[in-house]
Amino acid sequence: MTEYVVRFLVGGVVVSAFAMLGDLLHPKSFAGLFGAAPSVALTTLGIAVYQHGADYAALQSQAMVAGGVALAIYSVVVCHLLVRTRLRAAPATLLSLIVWLIAAFGLLTLAGGQT
Amino acid sequence: MTPIRFSPSSLKEGRWYEYLIRFGLGGAATVFTGLVSSRYGASVGGLFLALPAIFCASATLIEKHEIRRKEKAGLGGGRRGQTAAALDAAGASLGAIGMVAFAVVFWMVVQSSIAIAFIGASLAWLMVSVAAWFLRGQMRWSRQARISEKNSGSATSRSR
Repeated sequence: MTEYVVRFLVGGVVVSAFAMLGDLLHPKSFAGLFGAAPSVALTTLGIAVYQHGADYAALQSQAMVAGGVALAIYSVVVCHLLVRTRLRAAPATLLSLIVWLIAAFGLLTLAGGQT
Repeated sequence: MTPIRFSPSSLKEGRWYEYLIRFGLGGAATVFTGLVSSRYGASVGGLFLALPAIFCASATLIEKHEIRRKEKAGLGGGRRGQTAAALDAAGASLGAIGMVAFAVVFWMVVQSSIAIAFIGASLAWLMVSVAAWFLRGQMRWSRQARISEKNSGSATSRSR
């Protein structure tokens, strides 16, 4: 239980810090870089190294490569949905999560990841 | 190319509950990743390190702020809000390239040195993201320059 409380608090602080840094920066396209900052990754990998060691964290970061490529595809899809279909940000970002899931698991399977 | 600048006044546009939502979402995403890792293993858990949960909240907030700003000026800001969120998404796609660089560097280095893995991966994210942003800006700028050159060329030949 304590582990998950620590995860929640540290994750919340790191994510908020990156998000606030993004708020402070202009233009918007540059600030968007911080929307894809590895904030959850920094916290989770830190805890993974502490709890399970470097090998476990290496395996997680290996799979994260597929997640990152899926995130790039996801962001492009969101951008096109907002520009072309005129959907609002909330439905566009939530609907596109399906694209992220398909791309991420597809890439992991292609790479022979242990699913 | 638009210069990068700090605008501390942007923080004043946010409401306290918006920051609370971000904090909660960030914490929840980190807990969720931990739960997935312990239930389905390190590989599946690793995928969720790049889950765009925070991006959903950020894009929605950016759209809201833009709409609020336009409404204060007596204008309808719906379209402007969508454009701002789309620009944020375009930036996030470049940030995602940086995230891949982060993951690759961390994966390669963590078994040799944990501290260097964290520092190197973070620097790789920052450098690759910023370089991708500048490169994209340069490409757009040179494309626009070519188009305006072409247009002015055809206008000159028409006037002859």
